[in-house]
Amino acid sequence: MTATTPAYAHLKDPTTVRRLLTAPTLGPLVALILACVFFSLSSEQFLSGGNFSLIVQQVMVVGTLAIGQTLIILTAGIDLSCGAVMAFGSIVMAKLAAEGSVPPLLAITLGLLVCAGFGLLNGLLVKGVPLPPFIVTLGMLNVAFALTHIYSEEQTISRLPSELTVLGDTFPLGNTDITYGSLVTIALFLLFAYALGATGWGRHVYALGNSPESARLNGIGTTRLTIGVYALAGLVYGIAALLLISRTGVGDPQAGQTDNLDSITAVVLGGTSLFGGRGTVLGTLLGVLIVGVFRNGLQLMGVASVYQTLITGILVILAVTVDQMSRRKVR
Amino acid sequence: MSETSTKAAPVLQARGLVKRYGQVTAIDGADFDLLPGEVLAVIGDNGAGKTSLIKALTGALVPDRGEIRLNGEPVRFSGPQSARQYGIETVYQDLAVAPSMDIASNMFLGRELRRPGPLGSVLRLLDKKRMREQAAAHMADLGIGLRSLTQAVETLSGGQRQAVAVARSVAWARSVIVMDEPTAALGVKESGQVLDLIRRVRDKGLPVVLISHNMPHVFEIADRIHVHRLGRRAALIRPQDHSMAEVVAIMTGALSVSEGGGTVVADTEAAKAAGVTAD
Repeated sequence: MTATTPAYAHLKDPTTVRRLLTAPTLGPLVALILACVFFSLSSEQFLSGGNFSLIVQQVMVVGTLAIGQTLIILTAGIDLSCGAVMAFGSIVMAKLAAEGSVPPLLAITLGLLVCAGFGLLNGLLVKGVPLPPFIVTLGMLNVAFALTHIYSEEQTISRLPSELTVLGDTFPLGNTDITYGSLVTIALFLLFAYALGATGWGRHVYALGNSPESARLNGIGTTRLTIGVYALAGLVYGIAALLLISRTGVGDPQAGQTDNLDSITAVVLGGTSLFGGRGTVLGTLLGVLIVGVFRNGLQLMGVASVYQTLITGILVILAVTVDQMSRRKVR
Repeated sequence: MSETSTKAAPVLQARGLVKRYGQVTAIDGADFDLLPGEVLAVIGDNGAGKTSLIKALTGALVPDRGEIRLNGEPVRFSGPQSARQYGIETVYQDLAVAPSMDIASNMFLGRELRRPGPLGSVLRLLDKKRMREQAAAHMADLGIGLRSLTQAVETLSGGQRQAVAVARSVAWARSVIVMDEPTAALGVKESGQVLDLIRRVRDKGLPVVLISHNMPHVFEIADRIHVHRLGRRAALIRPQDHSMAEVVAIMTGALSVSEGGGTVVADTEAAKAAGVTAD
């Protein structure tokens, strides 16, 4: 603006330190660090590159689903169908490629499109009819689950061409082996952190979650935006389907049955509000890692897996409680 | 009522607007005139059709018949976005702000600025700094004092939120600002601040259409009053020529306004009940 001291000079941008201290991702970050400190003290194997690489591999499928879930929850929606859609996508990819009727890359593309199509259908029903996202995706959960079992004929599909499992291959980084799939997941997190945080599209997604009416009055095409978000989330589930195949090496019709709730858990642990309009995808990454670190650390300590689930449940309730209380203080 | 009594040409003008929904006539041949640099209050009983009139003037409703002129040119609004492109901005009653987003983001919502060059065109990167600077300049311009532009709107008081909504409209309006009940949800002190803000907007040269139920506010700030009744303009008067009781009587149909500007008793019983008489 002008060279003279403007009248609004007192309106300082907050400093980086202040911004970090007030960031909603601070809570999850502190929780993650505390968990890491605790587990490295209780188990010698925890603090190693190999173990961290393992944690990332263990969470990359749910983590990728949680990216799509974050998008939808930010618009004040919810997606119960993500795990089932991913399972169906993975069966489509595996079966088409294993039968050899289509080239592997085409099979992958078709699987991605099927997942995006499910997302699109969810979006059309949510916005076009309109119906509550909970109901639409609950129905779609059953549809996708049934289709998975019908199409796979309840059979696990093995002997897949290498194109479908290449993301499970590793490359060495120092003396740690990293899977390509982990990189894909992390790249997706960064991509969506950018899209939500630094573009107009991201602003519009937040505005939509805040108040669809206010977004509409401000000239945002809310119908297209909502349907687009669901379709995009579907495409992300398709990528998760490919990661799922690469991790297990087979097309498994039983896969992903609790992943819908696990992805919601990660989103909530990451500080995103289920009422929409608040939260970040990097928070979701932290949420995913918190779940992964707890499961891994407890396993190393020899705690049975049912207790891991117990602790995850307590963590979610704790996280939401802390979030609600801190928000009340602001007002 | 004479149309030629005013020298300046109207900024926004409507003639013979009609809007019907089946059997219901929402706008029944309504006229409208907004002069440059004035605050025009639009008042009317519930169901008088003032909301429909305002919607027609801001593009939220497309009239069946009639003509709207902006600065003398006939215009047709296909939607709110289209009216906005003509420089008509609306401050909605329910504020239309996104509570969890900060002030600068709200001011530029739907009209975000991107970085120049490929960063903006290819990577779609927002120019947050420029948006903050411009938002700050607009706020300072209207004398709105806020601690920080990165505050979420939900942390502001009702009056401050309204100020943000007004500042946003002022920032984008080139021709007209329409405010729908801007003080309805506010306390006495905050209402006063918003009325001050409306005065400052007018003093910047932007004409303001103010829809309000609050008669004292209307009399405090309006340069002229458009009284809407039964889907059309019943009167266009100056507040200094009439008492509040008379204006209410015009609104309810007890009085009507003659060609010369004087009042005529239209409904003797009602006028008696309202305690008003003709000139």
